[in-house]
Amino acid sequence: MSKFTKKKSSELPAISTASLPDIVFMLLFFFMVATVMRENTLKVQNQLPFADQVEKLEKKDLVMYIFAGKPSARYQSSVGSEARIQLNDNFASVSEIQAFIYAEREAKREELVPFLTTALKVDKETNMGLVSDIKKELRKAEALKINYTTRTGDVSQNFE
Amino acid sequence: MADIAFLLLIFFLVTTTMESDSGISRKLPPMQEENVEPPIIKERNIFKVIVNANDELLVEDELMELKDVRQAAIDFLDNGAGVGPDACDYCQGAKDPNSSVNPKIAVIMLSNDRGTTYGTYIAVQNELVAAYNVLRDRTAQQKYGKSFKQMEADYSDVTYPGNKETLEAQIEEIRDMWPQKLSEADKG
Repeated sequence: MSKFTKKKSSELPAISTASLPDIVFMLLFFFMVATVMRENTLKVQNQLPFADQVEKLEKKDLVMYIFAGKPSARYQSSVGSEARIQLNDNFASVSEIQAFIYAEREAKREELVPFLTTALKVDKETNMGLVSDIKKELRKAEALKINYTTRTGDVSQNFE
Repeated sequence: MADIAFLLLIFFLVTTTMESDSGISRKLPPMQEENVEPPIIKERNIFKVIVNANDELLVEDELMELKDVRQAAIDFLDNGAGVGPDACDYCQGAKDPNSSVNPKIAVIMLSNDRGTTYGTYIAVQNELVAAYNVLRDRTAQQKYGKSFKQMEADYSDVTYPGNKETLEAQIEEIRDMWPQKLSEADKG
């Protein structure tokens, strides 16, 4: 009758890992499709303000980014704590904005140039003086479409 | 196999970002020639908002809290005290003779100091844009039974079943009724 007695194994069988590559590949493809490459390394503090009447910036390739804010802690010893502008990966002065806009335009196809938007990513503690200077330069360069990039949330959070 | 996939996965996790940007879109005025006369707008059609270096708000020469700005702007835009050619038949405001004539003429003027913090400035901008959106929503609701936001969302939705051309015309019509005339004075 030993035919009918089940062989009892004392340990649990190991979980099959045969499907693991499939799962990981699925995750990989999800991230490859849903994300974009990080373009700039931030050298300034960038706590964006909050707003709730926002529009989404579609078409990431048609956006030029201008960052502004106080330099991050590790750069403060070399460039000071005064709010600065960052273009691409470097600190820049106000006068370099026009050249930056022209360079960005040059890199885009001609028919896309009118759709270029400038996204201003400015730290909420920055003074408006710097922002006004940036806007003035943008007007000179005729980059009139701008977007004040914000986080979505109630405006009262701007005063904390 | 799994190791390679994990490696790639971690690489993508580290080097990519997911956030999509959103914010308040504005159009800057083009540079002006030195000798151009500014257009003459009557005092009553200008809604002055001044933010000083201490982030205090002065709206129409009165100190105001940020939370009251939206309603004040709505009251100003919606006033519609005009008669004859300036009459505004869709305004529901108080028709105060000292306030705006018609939303098509009314201008909001925002000026700031160099010392104003950016957070405050954005908060004020947000409230003023909100005022326009509230009024546009109201008119859209009345005329077409849906909010202006919904109309814009429908317009960019590729699966929208209705006629896009009429929708575009309707959106344009409402934009025309409540044009965003938000001027930013710059002191140079």
